[in-house]
Amino acid sequence: MTSPTTHWRLRNGRLIDPAQQRDEVVDLYLMDGKVAGLNTPPTNFYPGQEIDAQGSWIIPGIVELSAHLGHSDQTLAIASESKAGIAGGITTLAIPPDIHPCIDNPAVVELIQLRGGRYGQAHLRVVGGLTTGLNGEALTEMAALKEAGCVAISNGQRTVTNSLVLRRAMEYAASHDLTILLYASDPWLSASGCAHEGATSTRLGLPSIPSAAETIGIHRDLALVELTGVRAHFCRLTSAGGVRLIEQAKAKGLAVTADVAVHHLHLCDENLINLDTRYRVDPPLRSRTDRQALRDAVASGVIDAICSDHRPLSADAKRSPYPSAKAGISGLETLVPLTLALINDGLLSPTQAISALTAAPARLLNLDGGNLCIGAAADLCLINPQARWQLAAEHMHSSGRNNPFTGNELAGRVTHTFVGGELVYRLSDNLKN
Amino acid sequence: MTLPADPPGQLHHLLDIQSLSREMIVRILDTAASFMSVTERSVKKVPLLRGKTVVNLFFEPSTRTRMTFELAAKRLSADVLNLDVEHSSAKKGETLLDTLRNLESMHMDMLVVRHNESGSADFFARHAAPHVCVLNAGDGRHAHPTQGLLDVFTIRRYKPDLSKLVVTIIGDVMHSRVARSEIEALTKLGVAEVRVVGPRTLIPRDIEAMGVRVLYRLEDALPDSDVVIALRLQRERMQGALLPSEGEYFSHYGLTSKRLALAKPDALVLHPGPINRGVEIASDVADGPRSVILEQVANGIAVRMAVMALALGHAGSKEHLA
Repeated sequence: MTSPTTHWRLRNGRLIDPAQQRDEVVDLYLMDGKVAGLNTPPTNFYPGQEIDAQGSWIIPGIVELSAHLGHSDQTLAIASESKAGIAGGITTLAIPPDIHPCIDNPAVVELIQLRGGRYGQAHLRVVGGLTTGLNGEALTEMAALKEAGCVAISNGQRTVTNSLVLRRAMEYAASHDLTILLYASDPWLSASGCAHEGATSTRLGLPSIPSAAETIGIHRDLALVELTGVRAHFCRLTSAGGVRLIEQAKAKGLAVTADVAVHHLHLCDENLINLDTRYRVDPPLRSRTDRQALRDAVASGVIDAICSDHRPLSADAKRSPYPSAKAGISGLETLVPLTLALINDGLLSPTQAISALTAAPARLLNLDGGNLCIGAAADLCLINPQARWQLAAEHMHSSGRNNPFTGNELAGRVTHTFVGGELVYRLSDNLKN
Repeated sequence: MTLPADPPGQLHHLLDIQSLSREMIVRILDTAASFMSVTERSVKKVPLLRGKTVVNLFFEPSTRTRMTFELAAKRLSADVLNLDVEHSSAKKGETLLDTLRNLESMHMDMLVVRHNESGSADFFARHAAPHVCVLNAGDGRHAHPTQGLLDVFTIRRYKPDLSKLVVTIIGDVMHSRVARSEIEALTKLGVAEVRVVGPRTLIPRDIEAMGVRVLYRLEDALPDSDVVIALRLQRERMQGALLPSEGEYFSHYGLTSKRLALAKPDALVLHPGPINRGVEIASDVADGPRSVILEQVANGIAVRMAVMALALGHAGSKEHLA
């Protein structure tokens, strides 16, 4: 039974769908939760609901590779973070395993999915733990996690220090055709550091983490990827050296992919000079040169995907001296404008930029979404690429207002978001300024 | 939120040397010089800060710095509260912000703070009520600005033309807030060359960007030095694989009279204290004729008086000595 309320015509919008290599002005028809027609209405289409998309971009719903849910004291703030996601054009949120409670058994996966279905509007996809308690000692029941719906497997930011355990975990994950998400970092070199080791951390006297922490981690993990044949995705690259290693591994034909957090493409360690704790992120912002290497790697495709690495935090978590402030940026609501800025900077084409947010992360998590082919789920958003606006902390939907771009002028804004063909977010007129 | 800059020519907070203009540094040093006479006369008090409340909030143990801040405030006739963390509710889990709010409700005018985290003084300044001046008495490895100022003050009393000086800083620069503040003060005042010397484990990366020359052998660093500053080496450094032993450190980086002979004949020897005899400095050098270590302590009182007087808005004129 089709109901007219599920019929939408998006008129005259610029459809950018990298999965189909499409970039053209179209009328897009949605019906019964799916993309149903391009330029010509599908049979049984009930005309009525329409959005004038002239001047707007229509893109597939964004797939966020890492969204923490709520502060540590607020275990699952699904409603607020889901709302923040759809306000940012994000229709799928991948939840990393290192949240509280950690995701190392099917019961937690089911709890998140249940709550997600009840309170959330964006799709939640769960990344299961690699070791029990993420302690790096015993394997989780990965097959059961996969059956419960986990899209990939990871130890989060808790490095598996025992290389034998990591090897076994990779072999076991590969046996079950699971992709492993790796946060490569040498735990000894990064212990207690809060800033990139360089001129800024030296001047400020901040405990520091050298880039070698990342490259040593990647070296080891790549050697094990090669040994085990597992499909591996490297999360949150930060350094020029890290980029080079991934480039070499890809050239060698290893099944590896990589992502970067969008703030690492805009900020660097020099932003720390006023000791503003909003810039405290983990892994840390590195040098200007590293930032350029990351930007070039996104342009060349060595880095496949861009994410917001969303970590909402309470105001108290950031209200302390720099080293003891909690690390993280509440990033869902700035992912689109910060990625569009890379187009304006001449670094990426619109297709490249949108691909890094949609098709690429969907592919590496083995999801169906991230495209707008006829018959695909109607998860999509409309962006006004010209809109200039300021993100005010008090207007953020996330439970965390920890975002260093609040107050900056941003270009490009999500105006509408559809999940499963339903209009779940519309920018209200009084916020349009 | 960025910290609003002080209006030009005014001192409100003193958080690090980096945010001071060269002119302000000179003004502080000149004001301190005028206070030297106060500290030497029989009635060692001026009424500049009468009715003001100064809180010394120390989260780390300190003898010299805390006592000289206290003495400086008392010589300016302020009321002084000393808050030791061992005896306070901060130990019981009170957040820094709660501690600050409680002190503000006691109507303090100035907060002198020492804390083991870099950036903690900035934190207090960022959150303090607008009328409260925050003076950094040492935050982690970041800054110890009054120490940097009193060191250049001490050097300037012996060698007024700083532009020709070579100053060599020896030892644990990595963990030293004193070294960072000294480097910033010396380079801002246009010293000809600042050298840092120590084993690579104790020299932080890219410190050349602060305008210093890095050397790894004391024998290479000392020749032509007009001033030699030995830094304190903390015992904890033997853990964490930074150094093998105190003995090996002393044999290569200890300031002995034999090594001091490599410097200029009239070279001054400074040390921020407390000294470890036989670790970073030999007793005969610490107690020798070139050592101005005890003068540093005395000068610290005048420099801290100057900073307090300037921050609370009364200084520079002659009548403040009345």
